[in-house]
Amino acid sequence: MKSLYENEMKLEFYSKSNNEAFARISVAAFVSQLDPTIEELADIKTAVSEAVTNCIIHGYEDEEGIISLNCKIFANTIVIEISDEGKGIENVDMAKEPLYTSKPDLERSGMGFTIMESFMDDVKIESILGLGTKVTMKKIIKKQESKEGNEKLQTKIFSSFRG
Amino acid sequence: MNTKYEEKDKQLFFEITEEIDHHTTEKIRRKMDNEIQRYMPKRIIFDFNKVTFMDSAGIGMLIGRYKMMKMLGGTSEIINVKPSIKKIFEMCGLLKIIPIRNNAKNIS
Repeated sequence: MKSLYENEMKLEFYSKSNNEAFARISVAAFVSQLDPTIEELADIKTAVSEAVTNCIIHGYEDEEGIISLNCKIFANTIVIEISDEGKGIENVDMAKEPLYTSKPDLERSGMGFTIMESFMDDVKIESILGLGTKVTMKKIIKKQESKEGNEKLQTKIFSSFRG
Repeated sequence: MNTKYEEKDKQLFFEITEEIDHHTTEKIRRKMDNEIQRYMPKRIIFDFNKVTFMDSAGIGMLIGRYKMMKMLGGTSEIINVKPSIKKIFEMCGLLKIIPIRNNAKNIS
């Protein structure tokens, strides 16, 4: 089995609100192999929580349904797909607007997509009315320390040549 | 969540101990509203000392309580916020309506 991706995991779970924590903790555990910083990990957890909550509240409107979560790692990038087979979004551009919410009575802030877009490097939303919604998010995990380490190693090797 | 009421200053503290998301806000919100109606405080203080995670559901919950306090003629503030959560407050413009007070003591 050869894949374009170096590693991949898939989860399916019910659209129950206590799975919001399950989803973000699972993704955090999977992405830990890229050695993210605490800040990068917090960003990813928040974005996943927003996307899964959207599936529960908006996609399935608190009815029972299945949420699919698919994580892929390629080089130092994590790609997270979260999808539902719920009612879909009528106007994606409007849904992305900061402070817009279709459910103001639920004390929703309308900041979900704004948070996803600012915490992740790329966010794509595909939605078909009556069929469901898929959110694909990418984040590049910067390898600050290991880069520094490599440079140090190279300097060491070169200086040993000179010496 | 732990709550503490100070009669002298009519201050009601909410020390939130859960991760804050759509699932947990329902319970937190109910408890806060009960306590607010019970004490009718002049000020409510959200202590974030023990909060390790919050998403936008937390913003909606805080704004809701802020509005409630405003209706009752009181104020709201936030203390002990971690940088990862402060980032979300700033992004949502929350600090323009609910200020963060620094160097505050924990309630417990």
